[in-house]
Amino acid sequence: MKLIEVQNLLDAEVVGGSEWIGREVVTVFGADLMSDVLAFTNESTLLLTGLTNIQVIRTAEMSDLVGIVFVRGKRPGPEVIELASSKKIPLLATKHSLYESCGRLYQQGLKSCPLIGELP
Amino acid sequence: MSGKQEIILEFTLKASCFDSAGEASSKVKRVLQQIGVRADIIRRIAISAYEAEMNVIIHSLGGIMRAVIYFDHAELLFEDQGPGIGDVKLAMQEGFSTASDSVRQMGFGAGMGLPNMARCADVFDIQSEVGIGTKIRMIIYY
Repeated sequence: MKLIEVQNLLDAEVVGGSEWIGREVVTVFGADLMSDVLAFTNESTLLLTGLTNIQVIRTAEMSDLVGIVFVRGKRPGPEVIELASSKKIPLLATKHSLYESCGRLYQQGLKSCPLIGELP
Repeated sequence: MSGKQEIILEFTLKASCFDSAGEASSKVKRVLQQIGVRADIIRRIAISAYEAEMNVIIHSLGGIMRAVIYFDHAELLFEDQGPGIGDVKLAMQEGFSTASDSVRQMGFGAGMGLPNMARCADVFDIQSEVGIGTKIRMIIYY
């Protein structure tokens, strides 16, 4: 599924990196724990999170994530958007909860990352 | 990658300096991309480096990170000052953490860092002395 379809399904707004909205999402991970994101995701993963600090962008950068959706109406600050942009990480923001957002994407066929933390 | 001369990158990591946390690992990642290392290998190196960098910034009084990039592998070395880890075996267990609430609010301190480094790296070595500091050495082959 393309990121632009994710945007429609979640009634989300693109808050940064709109030029990368055509990217393909293979799996989804929902978490506020960046340590778990680093341990369990793979490179075609979209992250759904309620955290908006700079470490979320760093985590996405190191993990080669497809993009980030901020849930529960959270909005990142300008310095966070700027860093994401320089790392080519698209950012979306939705008013829906993490549970609701995950449910909508799951219903359309997007699956979770395998939880064993296996490396590719 | 052509040429067999290694590239050495060295960084000073300041305690509790969260705004710049991750910059050192980001620079290492960029160099690996420039020399054409495979993306999945870079990902393992970047994650190991970032976890260790965060650990130094979260837990220690400051330290250094040194990345030596060879033609067929990368070596990551971290050396910090105090407080050290009393029980390394316990610290290696998933879920064990001594991080503060403020660190947890940033999304870290879940007790996943050390086990994740050990999983990403081909060689993982940790030495720690209470009151002195911690040394971590990791090697990842391309």
